[in-house]
Amino acid sequence: MLNGTEDEEKWLAEGIAGIQHNAFYMHRALDSNNLREALKYSAQMLSELRTSKLSPHKYYELYMRAFDELKRLELFFKDDSKHGVSVVDLYELVQHAGNILPRLYLLCTVGSIYIKSKEAPAKEVLKDLVEMCRGVQHPIRGLFLRSYLAQISRDKLPDIGSEYEGDADTVMDAVDFVLQNFTEMNKLWVRMQHQGPGGVREKREKERSELQDLVGKNLHVLSQIEGVDLEMYKETVLPRVLEQVVNCKDDLAQYYLMDCIIQVFPDEYHLQTLETLLGACPQLQPTVDVKTVLSRLMDRLSNYAASSADVLPEFLQVEAFSKLSNAIGKVIEAQLDMPAVGAITLYVSLLTFTLRVHPDRLDHVDQVLGACVKKLSNIPKLEDSRAMKQVVALLSAPLEKYNDIVTALTLSNYPRVMDHLDIGTNKLMAMVIIQSIMKNNSCISTADKVEVLFELIKGLIKDIDGADVDELDEEDFKEEQNSVARLIHMLYNDEPEEMLKIICIVRKHTMVGGPKRLPFTVSSLVFSALRAANGCDIEHVAYEFFTQAFLLYEEEIADSKAQVTAIHLIIGTLQRMNVFGVENRDTLTHKATGYSARLLKKADQCRAVYACSHLFWVDDQDGIKDGERVLLCLKRALRIANAAQQMANVARGSGGPVSLFVEILNKYIYFFEKGNKQITSSAIQGLIELINTEMQSDSTNPDSVADAFLASTLRYIQFQKQKGGVMGEKFESIKL
Amino acid sequence: MNYLVGAFKPPCNIFISFTDGRSRKQVPLKKENGKTVMVALFQSQENIVGEVVIEPIHGKKVEHNGVKIELLGQIELYFDRGNFYDFTSLVRELDVPGELYERKTYPFEFSTVEMPYESYNGVNVRLRYILKVTISRNYVSNIVEYQDFVVRNYTPPPSINNSIKMEVGIEDCLHIEFEYSKSKYHLKDVIIGKIYFLLVRIKLKNMELEIRCRESTGSGPNTYVETETLAKFELMDGAPVRGESIPIRLFLSPYELTPTYRNINNKFSVKYYLNLVLVDEEDRRYFKQQEITMYRNLEAS
Repeated sequence: MLNGTEDEEKWLAEGIAGIQHNAFYMHRALDSNNLREALKYSAQMLSELRTSKLSPHKYYELYMRAFDELKRLELFFKDDSKHGVSVVDLYELVQHAGNILPRLYLLCTVGSIYIKSKEAPAKEVLKDLVEMCRGVQHPIRGLFLRSYLAQISRDKLPDIGSEYEGDADTVMDAVDFVLQNFTEMNKLWVRMQHQGPGGVREKREKERSELQDLVGKNLHVLSQIEGVDLEMYKETVLPRVLEQVVNCKDDLAQYYLMDCIIQVFPDEYHLQTLETLLGACPQLQPTVDVKTVLSRLMDRLSNYAASSADVLPEFLQVEAFSKLSNAIGKVIEAQLDMPAVGAITLYVSLLTFTLRVHPDRLDHVDQVLGACVKKLSNIPKLEDSRAMKQVVALLSAPLEKYNDIVTALTLSNYPRVMDHLDIGTNKLMAMVIIQSIMKNNSCISTADKVEVLFELIKGLIKDIDGADVDELDEEDFKEEQNSVARLIHMLYNDEPEEMLKIICIVRKHTMVGGPKRLPFTVSSLVFSALRAANGCDIEHVAYEFFTQAFLLYEEEIADSKAQVTAIHLIIGTLQRMNVFGVENRDTLTHKATGYSARLLKKADQCRAVYACSHLFWVDDQDGIKDGERVLLCLKRALRIANAAQQMANVARGSGGPVSLFVEILNKYIYFFEKGNKQITSSAIQGLIELINTEMQSDSTNPDSVADAFLASTLRYIQFQKQKGGVMGEKFESIKL
Repeated sequence: MNYLVGAFKPPCNIFISFTDGRSRKQVPLKKENGKTVMVALFQSQENIVGEVVIEPIHGKKVEHNGVKIELLGQIELYFDRGNFYDFTSLVRELDVPGELYERKTYPFEFSTVEMPYESYNGVNVRLRYILKVTISRNYVSNIVEYQDFVVRNYTPPPSINNSIKMEVGIEDCLHIEFEYSKSKYHLKDVIIGKIYFLLVRIKLKNMELEIRCRESTGSGPNTYVETETLAKFELMDGAPVRGESIPIRLFLSPYELTPTYRNINNKFSVKYYLNLVLVDEEDRRYFKQQEITMYRNLEAS
């Protein structure tokens, strides 16, 4: 017992054998110039194509065999010196065949020669052929026959500039011919769905899709006709193609053909006929995937717009955006059961389109988002992850385009779309927004925008009702909160009043964050506030901040490592403050140096102390420049480094960290360059010698890191010496 | 009886020839023995002119009671074997009784002969024209020689030639409308037409157009009807849907057709029909037959 596929293989093999057998006799007839026999055997050969047993795929194989043989036959027909019959008579002769399928294949073959001979106008012959082919109503056989007709006629259409062009308006004949063949083929193709052996729907659709390109080929031919200019496309070609598409009422065909139209015809034609093309969309079957069709159209137009700035006026002229927008609205309205992802995909495409075509029209962007909100609000809860992805794409598109969150913040519908995201996605989107701000280093400088921004990222700021707290990933959470902390630094305005408002808003939002978020966010807020206080000359407020900071340091920070971090923070912050008077400043710097010298480890002490040197030297125009106290700090650091060295010797019988000395040397060089008179070249010279001695002492362990550090420091000095000029002179006296 | 004489070798040879034999058109004619020979073609009202040559063998003497030539139009019904109905019989005496010693030539002429019927070779009937030369003899049988010829009559194109148009169907199953551009066709004509499907509720497989020839012979209770399908021409492959129209273009030249013969000498008729046949997937056949008139057209032959 054979199964279906094996049966098919067998039938195909039989068919091929039949073709080969008859082709053999046909060749003999051709070789002996025997027309009668040639006709007889070619008709018998073509009779193999009358089979109903093969699937389209296998039938195609059989067809191709016959096709190759027909090419040989055509050569014979063409040469009337071989058979002595005029092409006109030949055209009649082949019609004597009793079976219709072989008869029509032969007729098309002779017809092709008939046109070439120019004994009759191309249009007459073509019209006759396309009309006679009606006799084959079997879908597969008809499709292949007509595809043969399309194939042999392709280069013989009475197109403009073609050698077959007739007197007047023959392009129209060419177009009519192709359109008619297209229409008939499409009808046959659609009919396959309803006819043929009963089988499962999927199988039939698969078989049909194997044949789709035979139908689509006609559209391709149409697009290649020189004479089909915009005018003709608009007036004839498109309306007639669409008429067929709409009337066939078949979802597979409609989807394929719409896509085909979009792909084969030029962009500018689409642009100029948008209304017609879009007008067909709501008339398609409800099961047609219109969204993909429209998306592809918009993608094409977007690319077209991106291809050259010259074409943009065209888009404006035809009001492409509003037409597309309307069409999408209608489609979504008409297709009630379209899944959310479909609708949103459409909006994404429209958004991409408008971003490319009308980047200046923020109102368009907002309009699209608004429409999307409207659609989303009809859906109780968006749970489809693909839909969610599309929403993210929708929201990310403007950010990517404008590289500027500030622009997005002016879009009133932006936060409303975000409201429809689930908690996870909402956070994800908030992160995208923050990253965009960071990447572009955009400063958000008005309170209103800050307010909108916090509305957007509220998923990160506070616990949302219904969120499952246990699900939180610790690392993700940290990263999110760190991002928020970084974000706060980007909210800045030089105007104290506005800045205050901003701080208030930030405070309002961050304070509801709960104990897990506050440690991340508050410090940023504090720094921000401090910066504002500094900027606004409100000394007492700033002083209070520092007082509180020192209090916290004393009372709350017990861990030595945390102390190191904290003291460096304090030093760094204090260094940037210029709001303080001499007295307050002295108090604070004194405190800071004091805490520095009292850190647990010598090395930490040393580093904190030399960092303190910067508190007395602010490299701004009117910053404090107290060279003496800088030197004091550095000397103190040196002493600590010495002590550390000795302690190390005692403790382990080996040298301590020489690198501390090198670090201090670098500070010396920094201040030397900055023009601190207290730092002299001889001091630097001395320090270098000291380090060299330390390095060479037996007790010191070789330390490659310190060696390298020293070497590059010395190289730097060497470089400065050689550079000449003022700096060269300064470094002149240092001997290495 | 004549054949018996042949066994004894006739004492002379008889040759019948037409004066314009070389220029006259020859057409094939199927003889009783199945062989096809080429014979002269005439039409009604023509003069049939020629000569008969009698040539005694080896100087033998042929005694006779007179020589004559007859032009016979005969209808032969096969079921009535042996009986010929002569609807035309013309005689010319060529010689008075006497003796023949040597080759002798007799010219003959039948002027403007009425030959209203065409030569026909059917299933049950044959209509033929012959020239028959008889040398009458005493005591022994006559010497007879035949010469067939073919008559074809041409008719001008009919002044009225309506199309055949008809709507037929099976209620709620199949409704079609068909149209043949003419009701009268000459023998090399083309049948042009179309079939329009108004309603299709059965699964059709294909559709063909047949040319059927109906020969009826005899009359009354002894009527014999023989129907032959001369052409089967596939018009459509597959199943159409409502609204489809299928073209018809059938060239008649490849088929061996005759004009329509109506009641020829009250002996027989030959009529032609177009039979449109639709076949469904269960091989049921639905058909509609329409008579067409065939005629012989001078230009086209």
